[in-house]
Amino acid sequence: MAANLGLFSDPSPPPPISGHVPSSRRRPSHDRISFAPDSSHSASSPSALGVPARHGSRAESERLAASQRDLPDEDARLVVVGDAPGTAEAAARLGLGVGPAGNAVRTGKYSVLSFLPRNLFEQFRRVAYVYFLVIAVLNQLPQLAVFGRGASLLPLAFVLFVTALKDAYEDFRRHRSDRLENNRSSLVLGPSPLPRFLPKPWKRIRVGDVVKLLADDPAPADMVLLSTSDPTGVAYVRTTNLDGESNLKSRYAKQETLARTPEDGFAGVIRCERPNRNIYGFHANLELRGGRRVSLGPSNIVLRGCELKNTAWAVGVVVYAGKDTKVMLNSSGAPSKRSRLETRMNRETLFLSVFLLAMCLIVCTLNGIWLVVHQNELELMQFFRKRDYSGGDEKNYNYYGIAMTVFIIFLMAVIVFQIMIPISLYISMELVRLGQAYFMTRDTNLYDESSNLRFQCRALNINEDLGQIKYIFSDKTGTLTENKMEFQCATVGGVDYSGGKAPSPIETGFYSIVVGDQFWRPKMLVKTDPELAKLLRNGGETEEGKCAREFFLALAACNTIVPLILETPDPKQKLIDYQGESPDEQALVYAAAAYGFVLVERTSGYIVIDVLGDRQRFDVLGLHEFDSDRKRMSVIIGCPDKTVKLYVKGADNSMFGVIDKSINLDIIRATETHLHNYSSLGLRTLVVGTRKLSRTEFEEWQSAYEKASTALLGRAGLLRTVATDIERNLHILGATGIEDKLQKGVPEAIESLRQAGIKVWVLTGDKQETAISIGYSCKLLTREMTQIIINSYSREACRKSLEDAMAMCNKLTELSPMAQSSTTAAGSGRIRLALIIDGNSLVYILETDLQEELFGIASKCDVVLCCRVAPLQKAGIVALVKHRTDDMTLAIGDGANDVSMIQMADVGIGISGQEGRQAVMASDFSMGQFRFLVPLLLVHGHWNYQRMGYMILYNFYKNAAFVLVLFWYMQLVHEDK
Amino acid sequence: MNSKAGSTFGSDGATDSSAARRNSKKPKYSKFTQQELPACKPLLTPGIVISTFALIGIIFIPIGLASLSASEHVVELVDRYDADCVPQHLRDDKLAFIQNSQTNKTCTRRLIVPKQMSSPIQVYYQLDNFYQNHRRYVKSRSDKQLKSKSSERETKTCEPEGTTGDGLAIVPCGLIAWSLFNDTYSFSANSKSLQVNKKDIAWQSDKKHKFGSDVYPKNFQSGGLIGGASLNASIPLSEQEDLIVWMRTAALPTFRKLYGRIEVDLEANEEITVVIQNNYNTYSFGGKKKLVLSTTSWIGGKNNFLGVAYLTVGGLCLFLAMGFILLYVFKPSNLISWLYCGLSLRL
Repeated sequence: MAANLGLFSDPSPPPPISGHVPSSRRRPSHDRISFAPDSSHSASSPSALGVPARHGSRAESERLAASQRDLPDEDARLVVVGDAPGTAEAAARLGLGVGPAGNAVRTGKYSVLSFLPRNLFEQFRRVAYVYFLVIAVLNQLPQLAVFGRGASLLPLAFVLFVTALKDAYEDFRRHRSDRLENNRSSLVLGPSPLPRFLPKPWKRIRVGDVVKLLADDPAPADMVLLSTSDPTGVAYVRTTNLDGESNLKSRYAKQETLARTPEDGFAGVIRCERPNRNIYGFHANLELRGGRRVSLGPSNIVLRGCELKNTAWAVGVVVYAGKDTKVMLNSSGAPSKRSRLETRMNRETLFLSVFLLAMCLIVCTLNGIWLVVHQNELELMQFFRKRDYSGGDEKNYNYYGIAMTVFIIFLMAVIVFQIMIPISLYISMELVRLGQAYFMTRDTNLYDESSNLRFQCRALNINEDLGQIKYIFSDKTGTLTENKMEFQCATVGGVDYSGGKAPSPIETGFYSIVVGDQFWRPKMLVKTDPELAKLLRNGGETEEGKCAREFFLALAACNTIVPLILETPDPKQKLIDYQGESPDEQALVYAAAAYGFVLVERTSGYIVIDVLGDRQRFDVLGLHEFDSDRKRMSVIIGCPDKTVKLYVKGADNSMFGVIDKSINLDIIRATETHLHNYSSLGLRTLVVGTRKLSRTEFEEWQSAYEKASTALLGRAGLLRTVATDIERNLHILGATGIEDKLQKGVPEAIESLRQAGIKVWVLTGDKQETAISIGYSCKLLTREMTQIIINSYSREACRKSLEDAMAMCNKLTELSPMAQSSTTAAGSGRIRLALIIDGNSLVYILETDLQEELFGIASKCDVVLCCRVAPLQKAGIVALVKHRTDDMTLAIGDGANDVSMIQMADVGIGISGQEGRQAVMASDFSMGQFRFLVPLLLVHGHWNYQRMGYMILYNFYKNAAFVLVLFWYMQLVHEDK
Repeated sequence: MNSKAGSTFGSDGATDSSAARRNSKKPKYSKFTQQELPACKPLLTPGIVISTFALIGIIFIPIGLASLSASEHVVELVDRYDADCVPQHLRDDKLAFIQNSQTNKTCTRRLIVPKQMSSPIQVYYQLDNFYQNHRRYVKSRSDKQLKSKSSERETKTCEPEGTTGDGLAIVPCGLIAWSLFNDTYSFSANSKSLQVNKKDIAWQSDKKHKFGSDVYPKNFQSGGLIGGASLNASIPLSEQEDLIVWMRTAALPTFRKLYGRIEVDLEANEEITVVIQNNYNTYSFGGKKKLVLSTTSWIGGKNNFLGVAYLTVGGLCLFLAMGFILLYVFKPSNLISWLYCGLSLRL
């Protein structure tokens, strides 16, 4: 009971670690959170007395202070995890600076009291309402009351009321969902002398709490995993709530924390970055009691909203809570864009305001003239009657002298002509767009059957821009192609094996492994080459056989795939489902499984591979993840025969640089030829290499790796250096060809778009040959096209090739009129050009004076293909077109690498496909398939633009008709006198 | 055996698909959401365009001709008298003449009937440069007070002619009533007086619904400044037809108001003598006063505008139809592309 008091009701436990205080004072910007772990300082937690496993508090505090001094980064947050047997876990304590947020989330904007002023303030931020208000206020002046006083207030009051009602209802719903969310409960390690996990509502969870998740539980906050039910510390999470991806991701608890169960006592300090929006990045390190440091990365953190799957339980410590969690920081909407029509309309509105002002000035000037001319007659004029004789004393009746009267007339004219400025049009446009969005989302032609996704309008204000698109910038992978990879062929040891045939389940060709009395087989079947299969089985000790075995071992081992065992209706049969983030890897592992190298189990320390029926355990000693600079990944494997091997796989141009060319030159040559063939078939290729590591080499690497992976800052760079150091002098094993299937209807869609006069540019990260072959298969490129290829490695070479290309363009366009005249009937006499340029050249072209020339050439070409481009270059190319023409640009893509391009283009479309939801998050519209562009642009876009334009013009016309009738009436009446 | 297997399979499939349908986010098909509702949009084909234009021309031209001829048959006699009805020696200071209640305002005018005028002959007075539409003038009335006796005190909107100096309500209040036209005309032809019928010159609805039969003039024209005619305090407002006519304010500064009707025919070249009591002050603001005698036809008074407008539009349409026919005969492709341009401009 007392302990509970200590946890919940004592708001200010004394500083748990005395050494903190001065250092924190020095740097007040630090977040310092601690679990009061130390009884000797924690007077408020009496239950903490007699902690056996406690180190000297002085020593610990000094160490903490020291570690804090070490921290070079001002923007760090410190989380102290303290939990020892018999020690209460006191409430998380705030540091001296800005404290971390509690876990209660608050998405509601208003409270009961603040609703009225805040909502009114929000509403009056719109210019339209202010305009309405000014007009209504003018109407309240008795001298001006043109329309009834109440009547002029009515429409504004109505609009304000309805909007407020809508806002209030939305806010009420938000409050309700907040309440639901905040009152969910999770198991939190209790503070009693016998630490147990007790349910606790989410809103009370603080940074530093140790939380236990059971299977299918969502995480209440961002937490670092400490241990899981899996002995190796793996936990699988589904991040659907976060990024929409439905595949399982693996998260790891560190070996160092794994050993101790939380009840057992665990103390340490986590130093992590300040809360930030990056879902895919996390840098921290954990300092254990012994002074050992363990680095923590994105694979050690479970974010709020992720569900625990396939894992009985997981224990973690909360590092970010409530509004600091990454999901909350990411909950803001897409950046708003303004439609071109609206920009134009704003200009017209400005013009109309001038027009309105001019009309009012004319009216009041004429009135002034009339008054001056009739100055002496006003008093007796029956219809004017300047003076009021009804009272005893004579006074003027509603007459304040000419100047004032003219001014009042001016204001009256403003009221009478107010409708000239089509403020209500803005509201009408919103309504029309809402209707258009409804039509677009409800269109069955834009519904994707396979992913069960409707069209989604994320930005409501650029609907009509869809009808004005002139340029489409498309990503390739996942947009034009399905990003479902299929292993097609391989070259092993310089021999091409591409004679695979489609497998049939009845055939005994597919592979299954025997576990006890059960058969396990891979979920997906891959066609196998019989010759290669025979070589694997019978090759035994021949050189080719060994090479082939190594090759498939590499495919099975060098990846981050997690095998999951699924039940089937047949109790004797189980399916192995390979889950992973990269579809290429999935395809390769399935292929390896089909050839008899079945990945059965993966933990963070080892993998189990069934090698042709023989189960073997391989220790994973290190893993260098794929990055876009190296374009390869590698693993270091401790084999059962005690040798240590490095397996590397990667893109061919990066691999040939690190392959030892002094041996097996003929194999390298042959592989290169095969690779060329594969990529001309449109296949994605990967080269696999290996190297045996000597004892000393391995030890050197190990120490460098440990050092790099515990660094808090610049870890990625350090790891990259370590990787580059070890990935060299490789022995080539072979290469694979994976087919990237085109999405349904892509060639037809591209053809339709081209007929509509829209230019389609493809920007891809793939290499040139692959890009060109995909270009052919989706009819972007045709055989008649003249290809201009720019592929240079220096600035001067770029300049030269651009000049050559320009000359060629000019020559061909000069030729073409003649060709056209000779074949007028066909109309296709013009020589069509295709520009193919790669990322290396773009480095020298974009952002320099050469980009003008590039644009000149590109605008002459019918098709532009950019290959090997980095995400920022994609945005650069979009900007190149966007800033030089008045044409609208559209970017479509599905992956994180397309985000910058999507945000740069006038209209950004995200494909909700295999590569996660980041593109969708950044996009204005999202849909399931590339081919939906055709109905979207050519039907909906056309209609949206036409209807919106018609409505705006009609509105202008209507207002002008209404106002000018009044205006001319005034003129007519005045002219007569 | 076979059939059984088949049926179980079939039912399985059905439950499967219904489950899928439940989970499916596929939008429900409806003609509305698919924007497939039946609609019709006239295509601007040469046939439709030409026949539409021709039809409009054929309908409009006869209407125009008919109204023009009707307007031509109306006989109108206009006499401006404001300047001539001021005695020669007072013409330098017309204002003094009109403001002085002692001067003799009687004025005799002789008019020649240009054509035979058949009864009823409408007698109008026409004022120029009199802004009955001026905002402060138009608003200065109280409809409630005119309607019912109980609302006598509702004179708030009538300023500056709402109450007398003693605070008594003026009935009818307001500038409009105050400025009631007060010239009178009496006609004679061949030294025989012509009766002017002043009954039924106001709208029936006004008499019945807007002016109360129990509302009698009170405190009217009793202030320091006389605006126009006085009213007989023993006749209810609903019978004061001159007032009712006057209270229907005109939209333009030049307007005619019905004075009465002469219900005998007048022969051509007949001389009519009009004795005018020239009381109304238009001299203070340079207004004109005219007396108008006019016959009527089915389009009303003399007005050529309607006929001319019909003829212009009809003629233009017919001309376009002819032009398009010629173009269609000689260069059909040209015409179609023109119309297409028009279509795309219109949309």
